[in-house]
Amino acid sequence: MILGAPVRRQGPPGEGTVRDLAQPGRAAWSFPDLDVEPTEVPEAHRRRQAPGLPEVAERDLVRHYTRLSQMNYGVDTGIYPLGSCSMKYNPKLAEVAAAAPGFARLHPLQPDGTAQGALEMLWRLEAALCEITGMTRATLQPPAGACGELTGLLIMRAHHTELGNPRSTVLIPDSAHGTNPASARLGGYRAVPVPSTPRGLVDVDALAGLVNEDVAGLMLTNPNTLGLFEEDIARITTIVHDVGGLVYYDGANLNAIMGRSRPGDMGFDIVHINTHKTFATPHGGGGPGAGPVGVVEHLVPYLPVPRVQRDPDGTLRMSEDAPRSIGRMHGFHGNFGVLVRAYAYVFFHGSDGLQEVSELAVLNANYLASAIAEDFPLAYPDSRPMHEFVATAAGLERDAGVRAMDVAKRVIDLGYHPSTVYFPLVVEEAMMVEPTETASGSPGAQSGPGTTEGPGGSAARPLRVHLPPRLTPPGASVPARSPADRVRGGRPRSGRAAPRRNR
Amino acid sequence: MLATVGVPSIDDLFSQIPEGLRLERPLDLPRGVSEQEILADLASLARRDRAGEDLVCFAGRGAYDHFVPSVVWALAGRSELYTSYTPYQPELSQGVLQALFEFQSMVCELTVLDVSNASLYDGATALVEAVNMARAGGRSRVLVAGGVDPRYVETLRTYGRGSGYVPEVIQAPDGRSAPPTDIDPDVAAVVIQHPNVFGILEDVTAFGAPARAAGAMLIQVFDPTSLGILAPPGDLGVDIAVAEGQPFGNHLNYGGPYLGMLAAKIEHVRKMPGRIVGETVDVDGRPGYVLTLQAREQHIRREKATSNICTNQTLMALAATIHMAWLGPGGLAELGRQCAAKASYAFDALTGLASVEAAFAGEPFFKEFAVRLPRSATEVRDALVDRGFLAGVPAPWVDDGTLIVAVTERRTRQEIDALAIAMEEVLAS
Ligand SMILES: Cc1ncc(COP(=O)(O)O)c(C=O)c1O
Repeated sequence: MILGAPVRRQGPPGEGTVRDLAQPGRAAWSFPDLDVEPTEVPEAHRRRQAPGLPEVAERDLVRHYTRLSQMNYGVDTGIYPLGSCSMKYNPKLAEVAAAAPGFARLHPLQPDGTAQGALEMLWRLEAALCEITGMTRATLQPPAGACGELTGLLIMRAHHTELGNPRSTVLIPDSAHGTNPASARLGGYRAVPVPSTPRGLVDVDALAGLVNEDVAGLMLTNPNTLGLFEEDIARITTIVHDVGGLVYYDGANLNAIMGRSRPGDMGFDIVHINTHKTFATPHGGGGPGAGPVGVVEHLVPYLPVPRVQRDPDGTLRMSEDAPRSIGRMHGFHGNFGVLVRAYAYVFFHGSDGLQEVSELAVLNANYLASAIAEDFPLAYPDSRPMHEFVATAAGLERDAGVRAMDVAKRVIDLGYHPSTVYFPLVVEEAMMVEPTETASGSPGAQSGPGTTEGPGGSAARPLRVHLPPRLTPPGASVPARSPADRVRGGRPRSGRAAPRRNR
Repeated sequence: MLATVGVPSIDDLFSQIPEGLRLERPLDLPRGVSEQEILADLASLARRDRAGEDLVCFAGRGAYDHFVPSVVWALAGRSELYTSYTPYQPELSQGVLQALFEFQSMVCELTVLDVSNASLYDGATALVEAVNMARAGGRSRVLVAGGVDPRYVETLRTYGRGSGYVPEVIQAPDGRSAPPTDIDPDVAAVVIQHPNVFGILEDVTAFGAPARAAGAMLIQVFDPTSLGILAPPGDLGVDIAVAEGQPFGNHLNYGGPYLGMLAAKIEHVRKMPGRIVGETVDVDGRPGYVLTLQAREQHIRREKATSNICTNQTLMALAATIHMAWLGPGGLAELGRQCAAKASYAFDALTGLASVEAAFAGEPFFKEFAVRLPRSATEVRDALVDRGFLAGVPAPWVDDGTLIVAVTERRTRQEIDALAIAMEEVLAS
């Protein structure tokens, strides 16, 4: 079975940016005739020169952005096995659900009584996420995983501060995602790396040597960033708890364990979820996402405000009443539209479907790891990977001078999206592969194991010929000038006054 | 497949999970349902909300009911774009990369500043990032004008807990803001919102002078829909400008997903947060686009990164890009003129009622203004809901009867007249 498709562009070749299409006097806009008296902007506040936005017809816009879409590879184009990203198929039903006017046109500051449906959705989703992760309550406010991390760290900080000392360090495995240490610093902590063992797991003895009364907590994914389950997780969480620290679960890898194990049962105190990974809300080319954060009972008072609360009569409201709360992580209630899509995914799949999602994700990853092991051995062959694995091109580099990046570019030439390369940083020539449960191209849990053909077979086999890489243009490996020169991209401003409507 | 992997059953793939940590029961959730059922469930929830035609929106305070042209989501909804990941592989992501480059370029054109990034979470968190940029030089204090939306100040206060500052609000919010006087070399940033939380046009340059004298950065929270007619931040001496970009192309969505815009003078580019797209050329000399200046970012610099942001609001930025291109310079100016004229008409209609007065008489405003009611603004607002109007947002802090009313180009004269009549009835009852 062939998976993925070469990215080809239909239609005539276009060049340039939308500004290059501009023709003075062209316009796509239309407004009703002004039905009230026009007003004058006070002289001192007036704009003197019109902004150099493009002047284009709607047809130009449509052709331009259609062309751009055809120069882009998405999950709908083919397999997208980026490790740590859970790039699974995004069910279309979620898009339809989120577009309902009762969701899409709801103002964030309208009275709670007029938003009971939205609040009910949030309430049920919070409860479901708590059940999946084993937490007590959750905030749905953080707009992405990294913001969830910072939310968690500020909760840690509030907890320790109430006990008299915020503490100063947070322990983070050397294989962790870059957002973990970056968030730690923003939380006011120094990140201290925890080494891994040769098996790719947290070095528990080293951890025991690192903990002390100044450690606010540990941040960990499980399965970890290498796709391996931390078997000693119970000991790890105990070691941290013994010095009064808290343990944070980075939920980027939750896709491996739904219905099989829960962070709360492993001893984690704070958990974030990336809905744009685990719950199939589309990545949008880099966002939006949502990063709900769940906590255990004793940390509930610190959750951000507002929080959805249910009154005795059943009415729901956005409550600001939480004196020990860390405050507000987002201007409003977070990425509500993304949460609608997450709700659709969670309740569409249900308890049975979510478990099957994880089972298939793990099966696919193990199958693919086996299929390519000859060329790309696992970086940690002594541990069985879960939903993703890290292979290494180090041998290939030694024998044939072909690096992980060359492999990625070659995979692109063949029409597929490559895996993550050079992450985690601790693995030489790393190739981090996560096929997800939908790698076969059939939607989610509805594909049985038997229908899931190994995508790796077709994507990786041609690499055996060790062809030198050829970049699929346009590529950027040989920049003629520093991209920084052109971060703005504007042409000299035209200086034209705003033309009147002209169609 | 199991044979290839070399295990007899699926359970064996999970054998690394120690026994005591396995969930030995199904998750306590309903079982999966059909598409028909999940859509019916969500539709019934959405029907319990009142929005759109059912509740005519005069609410603002950072989120506005602007018209979203059909072309925006017809294009932003193309799945090659919205189902893609962050464009780490430029060869496969030229569409998203070029659109983001266009977005940055248009934001620079709007603001008359040199550089912009490829989106932040929303307006409030964009302000947090701007303050972090200002504080990167080692100064500590953050002064905030009284007219900055308290929701933004609360967000600053929360993030400040980790970064080690407490935003200092210059004076209690009361109409137009007073410039800072207690300013010293430890001040990193002076923050002003223009138009401010009451909609009032501020004197930004009056904040720039003391900020510059003390060597602090001037940060402006702006309204992108105003920039067809109001002087842009770059012309007002602003160092970093941030905005809630929702009004361009994005529906209200009960508060998100929106997008944070951030633009700055070129000398601050290495302190900027998040993705920046640059234009370059490929091996054949053709133009191409890549993520650039990545040595600022968390995936390279880890704890030394300028920000922790990774996933951002790219799709919302794409929608904003299409909307801005749809508007062009002429449409943007017309949008501003319509908002200003309709807001002015609504102001006259409401303050013409016997018991309603202007909260800040004589202050110029753009598309939002404050009126003082003889009763609790919350009560009046709620009573108007029964008549089909979301009349505005009660002023934060104490409910002294101040209602903040926003009027976009989407409102008609008829709707404004009807609101005035309904308000008169409510106040008389
Ligand atoms: C392991 C891990 N942690 C955290 C994050 C950050 O999440 P987000 O991009 O939603 O901010 C990611 C995302 O790439 C990740 O893979």
